[in-house]
Amino acid sequence: MNIDESAVTPAKATKRRPIAIAAVVVVVGVFGWLLYGGLDKNVVFFLTPQELLAKGTSGYDVPVRLGGQVKPGTVKWDDKTLRLTFDVTDGQSDIAVQSSGAPPQMFRDGQGVVVEGRFGRDHVFNSTGLMIKHSNEYRPPKAGEKPQEMYKTLIKGSGA
Amino acid sequence: MSTQSTSWVPPRAGRWPLFGAFTILFLIAGQVLGLTQSPADRDMGDLEKIIYVHVPAAWVMSVTFAIVMFYSLRYLWKRDERDDLAAAAAAEVGTLLNGLTLALGMIFGKPTWGVWWAWDARLTSTLVLFLIFIGYLSLREFVDDPERRAQWSAAVGILGAINVGIVYMSVRWWRTLHQMQSSPETVDATYVLALRVNAFAFLFLMIYFVRRRYESLCLVRAADHAAEAAALRGA
Repeated sequence: MNIDESAVTPAKATKRRPIAIAAVVVVVGVFGWLLYGGLDKNVVFFLTPQELLAKGTSGYDVPVRLGGQVKPGTVKWDDKTLRLTFDVTDGQSDIAVQSSGAPPQMFRDGQGVVVEGRFGRDHVFNSTGLMIKHSNEYRPPKAGEKPQEMYKTLIKGSGA
Repeated sequence: MSTQSTSWVPPRAGRWPLFGAFTILFLIAGQVLGLTQSPADRDMGDLEKIIYVHVPAAWVMSVTFAIVMFYSLRYLWKRDERDDLAAAAAAEVGTLLNGLTLALGMIFGKPTWGVWWAWDARLTSTLVLFLIFIGYLSLREFVDDPERRAQWSAAVGILGAINVGIVYMSVRWWRTLHQMQSSPETVDATYVLALRVNAFAFLFLMIYFVRRRYESLCLVRAADHAAEAAALRGA
């Protein structure tokens, strides 16, 4: 660098400082507005059964994710065809889900799940992917209880 | 521009290596505590142990990017190039922790959720944060003029650090696969202690890394200044 520049720059930098700070504040403001205000509540990873049913015919046969709890007592596992069926509920509405293959380890009655697939006109959701939605709770099992591992009972069932 | 900046002396390591050794031991103790002293979770069994690395990495990543924000703002205010170097050191460590958060989260996600990745708001915003800081570090390599590099880096550093707030709030604002923040009310006391110890271990480790990177970045800049001064004298 040359000597002239180094003699001029500090004074120039001091004068330009408020402008630079103002520019940063503006850019930061716009960036923030875009992300905080613009996106709002539009980013929804999955629909609840009630929301999917509310879509009516436009909800049929389109790729969609459905989320809710596995309704206790509805899980059926066919060991011959590896077909897994259960109902997903949000407490108000239920949707029957048809899936295939062994579910993830944490799959059980009452567990939060998100299924990917299409909702058929026969009101059965055809799942191509099953995900577990875990709560923010971490608890050890109560005395005498073992960690719940429904998947093991399913696999055992298939061998029997 | 080098008239002011040559006046500083590079910081010394001092007792920082000792602090580093203490930190490593503390981290090992924290991990042993987590792995041996906490029971299996009722849902996920021993997979729960991953929270002792995934969660501290994510928390401390946020702190590190807050440091980037602080020094970037201070650089724009005071124009001391050491603030720029401090921001750069924090950005490097923050990017490392960000990558660690993502990688450990994926390792956590596969056995618990059943998938390595999902394009939900939490995971996507965390990836965006990572990419912004990859961009920040690339920018520093591409711009040769130190003053321009410092100004541009400060701007990107501030914008990137704002994204931390979005990552944090993503699970509250939007419906995601990732669960909401846990708290001592939702996490059993048997897990809270190990989680806290490991969070502090990660925090100390981050401080150590940032400090040592800051020292080395200062040494490199000081060497640049010395070379310039020698060239000017020689001319």
